[in-house]
Amino acid sequence: MNPKKLGLAAALAVAVSTSAIAEEKVVNFYNWSDYISPEILENFTKDTGIKVNYDVYDSNEVLEAKLMSGGSGYDVVVPTGSFLERQVQAGIYSEIDRSQLSNYGNLDTVMVEKISRHDEGNKHNVPYAWGTIGLGYNVDMVKQRLGDMPVNTLDLIFKPEIAAKLKDCGITVLDSPAEVISIALNYLGLDPNSEKKADLKKATALMKSVRESYGKFNSSQYISDLANGETCVALGYNGDVLQAQSRAEEAGQGVNIGYAIPKEGTLVWFDLLAIPADAPHKAEAHQLIDYILKAESAASISNFVYYAVANKAAEPMVLDEVLNNPGIYPSDEVKANLFTQNAHTAKFDRQLTRAWTSVKTGR
Amino acid sequence: MSIQTGSAWVDGSGSRLAKYNFLRSINWGRFAVLAVPSVWLAIFFFIPFLVVFKISLSETAIAVPPYTSLLEWDLEEAYVNLKINLGNYLFLFEDTFYLDAYLSSVKIASISTFLTLIVAFPIAYLIARSSPSRRALLLSLVILPFWTSFLLRVYAWMGFLKKNGLVNETLLGLGIIDQPLTMLQTDFAVYIGIVYTYLPFMVLPLYSALEKMDMTLLEAAEDLGAKPAISFFLITVPMALPGIIAGCLLVFIPAVGEFVIPALLGGSDTLMIGRVLWDEFFLNRDWPMASAVAIVMLIVLVLPIMLIRNSQGKEEAV
Repeated sequence: MNPKKLGLAAALAVAVSTSAIAEEKVVNFYNWSDYISPEILENFTKDTGIKVNYDVYDSNEVLEAKLMSGGSGYDVVVPTGSFLERQVQAGIYSEIDRSQLSNYGNLDTVMVEKISRHDEGNKHNVPYAWGTIGLGYNVDMVKQRLGDMPVNTLDLIFKPEIAAKLKDCGITVLDSPAEVISIALNYLGLDPNSEKKADLKKATALMKSVRESYGKFNSSQYISDLANGETCVALGYNGDVLQAQSRAEEAGQGVNIGYAIPKEGTLVWFDLLAIPADAPHKAEAHQLIDYILKAESAASISNFVYYAVANKAAEPMVLDEVLNNPGIYPSDEVKANLFTQNAHTAKFDRQLTRAWTSVKTGR
Repeated sequence: MSIQTGSAWVDGSGSRLAKYNFLRSINWGRFAVLAVPSVWLAIFFFIPFLVVFKISLSETAIAVPPYTSLLEWDLEEAYVNLKINLGNYLFLFEDTFYLDAYLSSVKIASISTFLTLIVAFPIAYLIARSSPSRRALLLSLVILPFWTSFLLRVYAWMGFLKKNGLVNETLLGLGIIDQPLTMLQTDFAVYIGIVYTYLPFMVLPLYSALEKMDMTLLEAAEDLGAKPAISFFLITVPMALPGIIAGCLLVFIPAVGEFVIPALLGGSDTLMIGRVLWDEFFLNRDWPMASAVAIVMLIVLVLPIMLIRNSQGKEEAV
């Protein structure tokens, strides 16, 4: 759920890991690709003398597989809420010691409260960033095909007659069954976290009725597809779409990308800092987390990655263009319409994956 | 092995004793030579296989690692509890989806193997028939693409095949088509990807078979009035058969389990067992089920191939 400018992240990782000395204090940070401003890690090392081994991933599933195998060696990881919820049940995280976090008070208490549904009392997490899933669209291509119809609606991808009009310019949907099905359930007026078989069937039927108009299911390539004009509507993560927007502007090919949070409501997700139970450098991990909680650090991250941070103290330092972008920091009215996703039972996950495969392949 | 034994007989044809001693010494050498690959196979294939097999008999659990252990014991209570779960294997037959995925993988792998053979044969033939000095150059040209990351080369194909990619732009520019063709995200693109990636695996064994071929056989056939096409199918193909079989296996086996190429070039509806494995492992977090899928793939696909290979080895030895 985030930008994937892998090149930059890789360069960063190399830069951070070149000066290895054995006795040095270190912390192993495993984060989403392109999900931090590089200066944070450099300044952290300058201020504390702790070297950061920075490594990146691009899916929750990959992170989970590493943590579940045990002995990953990471000290700080950044799972998404519903994943952390299940991982806490498996006992793979140690509790956060708040006495070591002098900047914990900077957090937005409303957000912290919301996150506690994933982790009772927020014992195992510290909020990092959050965002929404919505519609990224090519302003001109969509206008050409739909006229002046408002675009802040999931009708674009869920109403067969409308989706059919967009088929020729390309519709892309995240290849993420749990998230997309919950948005479909919510669109149908059902509980987005429902595990009822009948509800899943309805959502599957909805997806199948429009499947014919979809081009691809993918969770990262749509960024460049949107930016190049290869696809005109994408159900994707807000920061990814905004990244496509800035790439398109840089390319100067006249591609104009917009982001809309659907009026029917959509999913809000939280990425959370956590410390694995077997982390070798727990004290350093707390120091790093505390550094990220500093108002300046959080603001710098938000300004760099175009995702919202749940850090009240940082807001005055966040650039106006970021803070006032309704795609990044939505209005309270829009916020009221957002829902969070719970962790599903293993049984439902299996039904969900099967339903998803049947939507995608027709089998 | 057959070649070694053959030369041993020729060398030792002097006296019976010398022959006996020679064979005995070669058996020791043979033992040492065979031990290395055997140990290698045991460590890197057989033991991992057993681990995967063990996981396939367990159940998922919310724990680290995320499956139950087969064996539980308590020495004080004096009990040992062995719990084997065959449910994962039974489930494979409950839903025809898994069968579909296996069949679809075999189909895609078979078609791509055939296409690779068609493309590779002329290349191998040409190399085998060129002068020895040019052969080295041509062979290195076949291997050269391996110096670039496989992933980069697949991405390059995405650039060629996409809607506003090189192929479409060229065809549009030449006026051959007036609408861009949809090539990316289709099975067609998967075939291209597999043929391109695995081509050297086919060319090299074909080359080594064709290179050994005695050209005078073709001349003899021509003298006896055989047309080139007939001598090709009656002489060249049978002579190249070991190379054809080796090449086809080298392409077919990895192609069946291929994940990256269909994921990048194929459409969302391209169903392959590699994708099913990914979904079981990552989306369902069901390591035991994923292991069962992998074990069945090995048994259903690799075992028959090994048996064929084995029987062929015996034929050659005779």
